[in-house]
Amino acid sequence: MAAPATPNTETEVLSLEEKFAGIASPDTREGYEGYIIAADKAEEVVKYIRDDLGYDYLSSVTGVDYLEDDHMEVVYHAFKTEGGPALNFKIQTDRENPRVPSITHLYPAAEFQEREAYDMYGILFDGHPDLRRILMWDDFEGWPMRKDWKEAYYEAETKPFKNRWPGGDVYRIEANNPFNKNVVYPEGFNLNGYNPLGDKTLYDMLNQYDRGGSNLKTDQIVVNIGPQHPSTHGVFRMVVRLDGENVNALKPVFGYLHRNHEKIGERNTWLMNMPYTDRLDYLTSMCNNHAYALTVEKMMGLEVPERADYIRVLMNELTRIASHLWATGFLLNDLGAFQTPMLYLIKNRELILDFFEATSGTRMMCNYSRFGGVAYDLPDTLRDENTMDWLHEMIHERLPRGLEELERFLSNNEIVRTRAIGLSPVTAQEAIALGMSGPMLRAAGVPYDVRRAEPYGIYDRFDFDIPVGTTGDVYDRYLVRVNEIRESIKILKQCLRDMPAKGDIMSVKPGYTHKVPAGEAYGRGENPKGELGFYCVSKGKGHPYRYHIRAPSFINLTGLEKLCVGTKIADVVVVLGSIDIVLGEVDR
Amino acid sequence: MTDELKNPNIPVPAELEGTVTITTLDKLYNWSRRSSIFPMIFGLACCAIEMICAASSRFDLARFGMEVFRATPRQSDLMIVSGTVTKKMVPQIVRLYNQMPEPKYVMAMGACASGGGPFKEGYNVVSGIDKFIPVDVYVPGCPPTPQALIFGLIKLQEKIDQQSIKSVPWYNSDAIEAIPIPILGPDLIDPRQGSQIAREMAVATEAEA
Repeated sequence: MAAPATPNTETEVLSLEEKFAGIASPDTREGYEGYIIAADKAEEVVKYIRDDLGYDYLSSVTGVDYLEDDHMEVVYHAFKTEGGPALNFKIQTDRENPRVPSITHLYPAAEFQEREAYDMYGILFDGHPDLRRILMWDDFEGWPMRKDWKEAYYEAETKPFKNRWPGGDVYRIEANNPFNKNVVYPEGFNLNGYNPLGDKTLYDMLNQYDRGGSNLKTDQIVVNIGPQHPSTHGVFRMVVRLDGENVNALKPVFGYLHRNHEKIGERNTWLMNMPYTDRLDYLTSMCNNHAYALTVEKMMGLEVPERADYIRVLMNELTRIASHLWATGFLLNDLGAFQTPMLYLIKNRELILDFFEATSGTRMMCNYSRFGGVAYDLPDTLRDENTMDWLHEMIHERLPRGLEELERFLSNNEIVRTRAIGLSPVTAQEAIALGMSGPMLRAAGVPYDVRRAEPYGIYDRFDFDIPVGTTGDVYDRYLVRVNEIRESIKILKQCLRDMPAKGDIMSVKPGYTHKVPAGEAYGRGENPKGELGFYCVSKGKGHPYRYHIRAPSFINLTGLEKLCVGTKIADVVVVLGSIDIVLGEVDR
Repeated sequence: MTDELKNPNIPVPAELEGTVTITTLDKLYNWSRRSSIFPMIFGLACCAIEMICAASSRFDLARFGMEVFRATPRQSDLMIVSGTVTKKMVPQIVRLYNQMPEPKYVMAMGACASGGGPFKEGYNVVSGIDKFIPVDVYVPGCPPTPQALIFGLIKLQEKIDQQSIKSVPWYNSDAIEAIPIPILGPDLIDPRQGSQIAREMAVATEAEA
C-alpha cells in the first residue's frame, strides 16, 4: 500500500512544467486546464505529483475519445487531502492501438476506474494487475463509449430526434430491429458451436491468489454471493473464496445494473441529463442534481440567486439525513437486527420525502436543480400547515427526537458494539490510497469533506463540524453517519434562520436548451456516500461531448477486497452494509 | 370472511347460519391463494426502494396479506421485477423465474421493467422484461409510488380471483416447459432465436459480399 508522502518543505517544490520541461506541458486548448503528460515518462511524473506536489488523493480517472482529432485521452483528477482545487493531468494515446501505463501501483484508487476505461474505450493499461471488463461481460463485442460505436437502437447522434420533435411522430424502435430486441450481432454469427467464456477469467483471477494461512491442508470453496441476494443491497455480486469460514479472496462483479448513463448522456441535451442524475444514487437525487448543476454552471459561468442557494443547501442536508437513516437501518439489518430498526428509521425518512414531494412533485426522483437555480420555489403550505412552520417543527423537534431515539437504542447497544467494533479497520493512509470518500474516509480519521475542502454554493457560511472516526472500523462508519445527521440538523437550523423569505430562484430565464462554451470542467459535491464528481467536456454544442460520473459508491468498493479478506463470511455482509452502496451509482 | 366466500344460490338452514358456508372450490382456493401472496425479495434498481417503503410501516403491505417477502424463489409466488432489466442480469432473472414453483406471477414494476423506460436505448438494457418472461401486471411510474404498487397488487388479486382450477395450466397433465436461459455472447442471445440470428447474419454477410 502506498503511503502518502509528506510534502517536501525544505527545498522549494518546482512546478510540473519546470521540473519536467517537454514531458509535462500545460494543456492549451481553449477552456481546458491542467497538463498533458508524455505516456513513456508518466510514471515518474505521477510519482512527483503524488510525493512532492502532495496530491495524495486520486479522485477520478476516465477516458475521452476525440474522434475528429484521432486520439484518445485518459484524464486524471488528483486532490490534496488538506483541501484545495484539483490537479488535472492527461495522457494521450492513439485510437488504433491505445496503450497507457497503469498507475495503480502509485494510486490503488485507479484500479477499477482504469478497468472501466478499458471496458468502455478499449484503452490498455500496461501493468494493471487485473485488466478485465468491469461493467460489461467478457464476451461482449465492441468498446461502447467510443464515438464511432453505435448501439442497436441507434437513431441519431444527438437528441431531440428530428423525426419525433416537434412533429410528435412516435413509433416503436423495436420495429427497426430484425429480432424485435435491443441486440446486434457480428456478421456471420451462429449460435451452433458458440462457446462463451462466461466467468472463466474471473475464476482464473480468483485462483491466482496465494492460499496463505496455516500449513494445514484444507479444502477451499468458491461461493457466489449475489447478484440476487438479500444482503447485497441490489444486484451486486461478490465471488468469495473461503477456507472454512474465513474469506481469503474476494472479487466484486459489477454491471448488473449498468444502464449506460454516460452513452445516453452524450446523446442528450445538457438539461435532459438532469433527470438521469436522479437515477444514479436514487436515495440522494437532490444532491446529484446539485452536483451536476454545479458542473454546468461552472462551465457556463452562471451565478445562483441567494434564495436558490439556501434552498439547495436545505435539500442537500435533508437528503443527507434521509440517506444516512436508510444506510443505518440497513446496516442494522445486515448485523442481524432484522427489520425493526429499519422500520423506525424509514418512518423518519418518510417525513423528509413528504417535503420533497410537496416541493418537487415526486418522492424520490426530484429533478429539482436547474442551471442557475432551482425548478420551483417552496410551496406555501404542506399538509394544510405553513411550510416554514412545518419545516421548523421537523428540523427542531421531530428529526432530533428521531436521532436521539436512534442513539439511545443503537449506539451503546452491546450487541452492536461487540459485533462492529474492530471489524475490518482501515487506516487513514490506506483509505486515502484506495480513493475512499465520504463517511468511509472520515471514519478512518481523515477530516476530508468537499463542503470544507473546496466549498461550493454557500457552504462556507455555515458553522458545522466534520465528524471523524479513529480506527475506520464498521462501528466508526456507523458513528460518523450518526454524527453527520447531527451536523446536518445543525446546518439546517442555520439555513432556516438565514434563508431570505422572498427572492428569485433562477438567475436566468428557464429554457430547454443551453449553449455551453467549449472546454472541460470537473464539478463535485459532497454526497452522503462520498464525493460525487461530474467530468464534462463541451464542444460548444447543445449536448455534452463527454459526460463522466465519478461515483462515490463505485470507488469506495475499490477497497472491498482489502476490507473483507481475513474476516468471516458473515462479516462480509456487514462490511458491505457499512460501505453503503447504491447500485444505480455503482454501475451507472 | 364468510360473506366474501358465500355462494348465494345455495340456501343454508337457518340454524347453521353463520357457522356453515357453502361455496365453490374455486372461490375457496383463489381466496386462500390471493390472501397470502409471497413476493420474492428481488430488488433491481430504484423501484426496489419504493417496494421496501411499501412493505414498511407507513404503507404496510401486510394489510393485504402479501408482506411475507421470501429470499428464495422456491418459496415465492410473485416476482416483482422492480427496476431496469439489464442484459447482464436477464439470465439470472429467467433462471429465478424458472426456479419459482407454480402457480407463479410476475409484476413489472415501473417504466423500465415494463418497456425499457428512460434507459431503453442503452446498449446494456433490455426493453421490458416481457421480452423474456410472461408478465401479469404492469405498474407504470418512475418509480411507482407505494400506493401505485399496492394498487398493482390488488389488481393481481383480482386476476387470481378470476382463475379456475379446471383451466389453470399447472394442473394440466402437460408439463410446463422452462424458459430457455439467455446467453451472454457478443450481445444478449435468446436461444429461441438461434436459427433466426444465424439466418439474418448470413444474409448480412452475403449482402456485404
